[in-house]
Amino acid sequence: MSSSRRGDIPHYVNKAPFDPNVTEILTPEQERYYMATQWQLMWWKLRRHRLAVISGAILVFMYFSVLISEILAPYGLSTRNTDFIYAPPQGINLFHDGAFVGPFVYGLDYELNMETLKREYTPNPEKVQPIRFFCLGDSYEFWGLVDGSFHLFCPAKDGTLFLLGTDRLGRDILSRIVYGTRVSLTVGLFGIIISFVIGIVVGGLAGYYGGWIDNLTQRIIEIIRSFPELPLWMALSAALPVTWSPILVYFGITLILGMLDWTGLARAVRSKLLSLREEDFALAAQLMGAKPKRIIGRHLLPSFMSHLIASATLSIPSMILGETALSFLGLGLRPPITSWGVLLTEAQNINAVELYPWIMAPVIPVIIIVLAFNFFGDGLRDAADPYR
Amino acid sequence: MFAYVIRRILIMIPTLIAISAITFVIIQLPPGDYLSTLIAELQSQGENVDTAKIDALRAQYGLDRPMIEQYLVWVWGLLNGDFGFSFEYQLPVADVVGDRLFLTLVLNFTTIIFIWIVSFPIGIYSATHQYSWGDYGLTFIGFIGLATPNFLLALVLLYFANVWFGTSIGGLMDPVYIDQPWSVDKILSVLEHLWVPVVVIGTSGTAGMIRRLRANMLDELQKQYVVTARAKGLSPFKTLIKYPLRTALNPFIADIGNMLPQVVSGSAIVSMVLSLPTTGPMLIAALQSQDMYLAGSFLIFLALLTVVGMFLSDLALAWLDPRIRLGGGANR
Repeated sequence: MSSSRRGDIPHYVNKAPFDPNVTEILTPEQERYYMATQWQLMWWKLRRHRLAVISGAILVFMYFSVLISEILAPYGLSTRNTDFIYAPPQGINLFHDGAFVGPFVYGLDYELNMETLKREYTPNPEKVQPIRFFCLGDSYEFWGLVDGSFHLFCPAKDGTLFLLGTDRLGRDILSRIVYGTRVSLTVGLFGIIISFVIGIVVGGLAGYYGGWIDNLTQRIIEIIRSFPELPLWMALSAALPVTWSPILVYFGITLILGMLDWTGLARAVRSKLLSLREEDFALAAQLMGAKPKRIIGRHLLPSFMSHLIASATLSIPSMILGETALSFLGLGLRPPITSWGVLLTEAQNINAVELYPWIMAPVIPVIIIVLAFNFFGDGLRDAADPYR
Repeated sequence: MFAYVIRRILIMIPTLIAISAITFVIIQLPPGDYLSTLIAELQSQGENVDTAKIDALRAQYGLDRPMIEQYLVWVWGLLNGDFGFSFEYQLPVADVVGDRLFLTLVLNFTTIIFIWIVSFPIGIYSATHQYSWGDYGLTFIGFIGLATPNFLLALVLLYFANVWFGTSIGGLMDPVYIDQPWSVDKILSVLEHLWVPVVVIGTSGTAGMIRRLRANMLDELQKQYVVTARAKGLSPFKTLIKYPLRTALNPFIADIGNMLPQVVSGSAIVSMVLSLPTTGPMLIAALQSQDMYLAGSFLIFLALLTVVGMFLSDLALAWLDPRIRLGGGANR
């Protein structure tokens, strides 16, 4: 042979058996990525969106607080501190006279200003009232079922702890906001479930069948959308009988919010279905004798479910705002039931707001939750979009 | 163009019929009618209720006739400019409403103009300076504006105006001019007060519009023809104004259909917070006291405002964009 003429390079032969698929073997990393489900991909993408993650954490915290409102709130929902009407927020301090005491508040001294008839409270540096943690305080019925009096934190014995002040009946505003969270946040959740179901059914029918069904639903949607939302909500909730119990009114309001919100979702479902039903896999399913319900539910919907959930997330805040607005106007929920909107009705009186601005405090959680939902929904939508 | 206008008007008719029917059903929804509420009230005060008189009243207002008939009578009245009778005020609705409809119109119209004027330059700036500090700052402010519910904003503004300036920013004119006939001074006074509600109602719309204009402009700016124009030496300003901007303008007008219901909704509730003499506060009072014809007229008016607004925006769009005018159908 002529190998000696090629220099010293020895003839190399790989002893291992030849694998024709060598280029298709994936690193574990790649494998993980390619085998990931749609939801996993979405989650990985969402994780990189920092603002969305923070917002998500806030939402989780808020919804978790709904479960344990009674424990989180230092006072009961309607505990009245008759000596402290319109008391201002008490700041938390850590040091007294240069010595560390842990978190505490200064007790309030009350005086009625005889000229302006304004209730004036001044912190008294003598009264150091340390906040107690994991303590027994106001008794409550946990979710209306179990009696209890355990709180995460409560005022010092014979002391007060109004971190956001009190209202005209001397009720702690922070506690009432915590209780209000339960109603305000669930209204949006139940409302979106209703609108989700209607939207998918109507949009699904319109998109899958097309033709006159599609035309009819499109016209109906156009008509509903041309009504300004809020006046319509107002008119419908004014129609709820006054004799209804608060719980019924609550469900009535969620129903109204959900019944008018589905149009956007139905449109999204329709347009997606219109394009997807032309795909081969839809035809295949049809040829195998699948019923429309199965084709829509098992084959078509899952391919854009993530997208739908993202857009649903974006419409929850408008429902929360709707409930807040309705209750604020006195057309929505009524007092025994406490929501942020109900709390804000007190702020309708501008003179009271001017003297005691802290009764506007429920505005803060409303804005926070709406922002959080918006950022989270935005992140979710980006993550759900497979083409970006 | 003419054929398009005719077609567009024909589409509007079934919408209007449906709207009037829905409105009628809604105002009929509460159990009982105004008279039964009145009777209950009188009885609770221990007064005798003269059934004959009630029946006469009922016949007079047509409350004893079947639903369909009442509806037809009502719609016929609307078409003839007769809005029915307000039970609460004991006056024809048209007299009770007075300036309110007009002021609502002014308020909403000004708000739309405000949204356009503000979002236009900001949107263009954001798009041409993408990812600059200015863009980030404006986008962030826009997000806050989008998220802040306008009636809460109104509340907060009311408070700060009171604390800082000691004035009330509520109302739409100086108290002196209320119930006065229109004069130059009154108009000036209205203009002076108008900006607060306009800014409050317009915030979220402006924020949304900026985002949309920015996205549209960005899409256009990346297209090949822009590169060509630049490569051929057209000045950046002219490139921007001549081509991408004109295409991006389209949704600017088309979007009014989405924006109008929002603005009308917003103005209804903001009017209540700021106690403006527009339809909002009276609508809520009418709803609460079941003054059905009054509430119905307001609902119809607000819906009409959005429908006609959308119609106008479609016309403007057709005028602006030959594809729509000639292609048939207002598909966007």
